[in-house]
Amino acid sequence: MQIADNTKILMFYEMKRIRMVQDHIESHYLQDEMKTPVHLCIGQEAVAVGACSALQKTDYISSNHRSHGHYLAKGGNLNNLIAELHCKMTGCSKGYGGSMHIVDTSVGHMGSSSIVGGGIPIGTGLGLAISMKQQNSVSVIFFGDGAADEGVLYESINFAILKKLPVIYILENNQWSVCSHVSSRQAGKNIFHHAPQKLLMTKKIDGNNVLEVYETVSEAVNFARKGYGPSFIECETYRILGHAGCASQDADGYRDLKEADEWKKKCPVNTFQEKLIQGNFLSIEDIENMESRIQAEIEDAFDFAQKSPLPPSHEMTNYLFK
Amino acid sequence: MPWSKIKPDTDELNYCHNGNCGGRQISYAQAVNEGLRQSLTLDERVFVMGQGVDDPSGMFGTTRGLQEEFGKKRVFDTPLAETALTGVANGAAIGGMRPVYFHNRPDFLLLAMDQLVNHASKWHFMFGGAVNVPLVLWACIGRGWGSAAQHSQALQGIFFHVPGLKLLMPSTCYDAKGLLLAAIKDDNPVLILDHRYNFKQKGMVPEDMYTVPIGKGIVRRPGRDVTIVAISHLVADAFMTAEKLAGQGVDVEVIDPRTLRPLDEALILNSVMKTGRLVIADTGWKTGGVTAEIAALVSSKAFRFLKAPIERVACPDLPTPAGYTLEDAYYIGQSDIKHAVMKTIDFER
Ligand SMILES: Cc1ncc(C[n+]2csc(CCOP(=O)(O)OP(=O)(O)O)c2C)c(N)n1
Repeated sequence: MQIADNTKILMFYEMKRIRMVQDHIESHYLQDEMKTPVHLCIGQEAVAVGACSALQKTDYISSNHRSHGHYLAKGGNLNNLIAELHCKMTGCSKGYGGSMHIVDTSVGHMGSSSIVGGGIPIGTGLGLAISMKQQNSVSVIFFGDGAADEGVLYESINFAILKKLPVIYILENNQWSVCSHVSSRQAGKNIFHHAPQKLLMTKKIDGNNVLEVYETVSEAVNFARKGYGPSFIECETYRILGHAGCASQDADGYRDLKEADEWKKKCPVNTFQEKLIQGNFLSIEDIENMESRIQAEIEDAFDFAQKSPLPPSHEMTNYLFK
Repeated sequence: MPWSKIKPDTDELNYCHNGNCGGRQISYAQAVNEGLRQSLTLDERVFVMGQGVDDPSGMFGTTRGLQEEFGKKRVFDTPLAETALTGVANGAAIGGMRPVYFHNRPDFLLLAMDQLVNHASKWHFMFGGAVNVPLVLWACIGRGWGSAAQHSQALQGIFFHVPGLKLLMPSTCYDAKGLLLAAIKDDNPVLILDHRYNFKQKGMVPEDMYTVPIGKGIVRRPGRDVTIVAISHLVADAFMTAEKLAGQGVDVEVIDPRTLRPLDEALILNSVMKTGRLVIADTGWKTGGVTAEIAALVSSKAFRFLKAPIERVACPDLPTPAGYTLEDAYYIGQSDIKHAVMKTIDFER
């Protein structure tokens, strides 16, 4: 598949932006201004960006607790994200959701659940709505290897195949569910890889290679738009930081730090940057320009969040029913 | 974790019956941990399962060190498959084992409702007593720090509704161990809901194995004027409120039911017969919940002793909001309890 130069550069920019946002959150988290747990996706940027770059604004995504990357890659508003991490009224969920419940319907992000696996049937149902309304959109679901333990994945995929739904199941296999390694929870290859391609398009790919993610998801999107039904894409990647919060809060003694170091060498942002520099797509100077632009945007967003008001307590009942 | 900052570590309150249990001061987590260790040692049928029971953090410290001591066959991590694994635990229990299944939040138990409500709780009844399910489920209610609607639910009202399921909510270190051991010994499905705030306290706990009887509550503070029935960590709030009100000439009796099902009805009714006034405080929602059930019990069985309407203190009927100004307004505590007590005192016929 031929990928246009400016698409590559745009994808790099997106990844860099997500990384820098995460780094900024990480370095400020212990100041306790963000009073909500945060689950950073450092090391997993290529999955979010590769997949969302293959989508249109009118396509849906549904995601989980580790969803900053998905949100931003889909075009979610940065100010509203950072404000939500500060639980402010200007947050994307108006301070009612906190870090685990972010949303931006204007770009097709229909909300994230913190019940592991909870977003899988919901994303499937978005696919059903698309198909019933005869729209040309697709529904993409991001979930982790932990969520792939849940039976609801089987139930949802079975239904999606049955109804030929335009749903793309993206398993971000980052090896860990809190402190449990995938090998202690799953035996061998994921069962869906054995499905006949005609029923369920399935692939296992390098989730740290944004171009591979982009190509594979584009293929799945085409498959879905043609009405052929769902696909299942397993992206191998790694959670560089701990489960929640910042680096210094990662529990000791459950993983070999060498493992994280090895994966750091495969950092999706840095390896792509190298590739783009070597291919003369970007210069060091271009990258520095990008970085300062992003840095300014991030500082504005934090400033916006800090200056925003907290929701007043008498508004607690605002959103119980519409 | 910032979570740990939301409440400082404290010693348990000086309840009237404290200090005479012949124990030593340990933390809530150590008390639960000791109970598990002793039951694993005593009974080969006992095993501990749950997502993260072998984590470095050891399920808030309750399961720490158990896998090293008892091996991976008896203390093991599980896939995130709450429905299936509750069924697996049911099956193992029916097959003669004594599973203890740990969850770090009760919210995830809603995935297990089919096996818990449709199966475990009915199995013994449905087959005319031919089989039974000696299963213990444990989960801990989180609170604060933007945990929001799916990670801080106090779901006891939902589980309270289910016949065939025993429901325990300890509030002291002593009871945490004693009720856990009683639950493991019990031949029925038992759900223990702990509160994260309880883990901030240390209290007197005997080294020996002992059980606290399921279905027996306790008076935490005797009093003449008003009865407060408080659940889980609200017992501490009720007690502190009572101590403050004593200075204002209001003598409050604080009751900790410890177990919701079976509920120690006699303890509650006897107290209300003495005081004539009742306040019920629960960390869960109000409508159709624990406070509603206890109020119904008292109004049907001790109506003529009541000198004032029963007051209920519970969380508002809303999902938990994330933002801390909203959280502050959402959660209940001493001032709400005091307000309710004064309403029963000030009521005029
Ligand atoms: C149903 C359910 N069970 C357990 C949890 C506790 N929990 C929160 S995140 C998480 C890890 C999920 O792992 P994975 O799906 O691989 O996503 P990752 O955190 O690795 O991105 C767990 C166990 C939960 N939120 N929901």
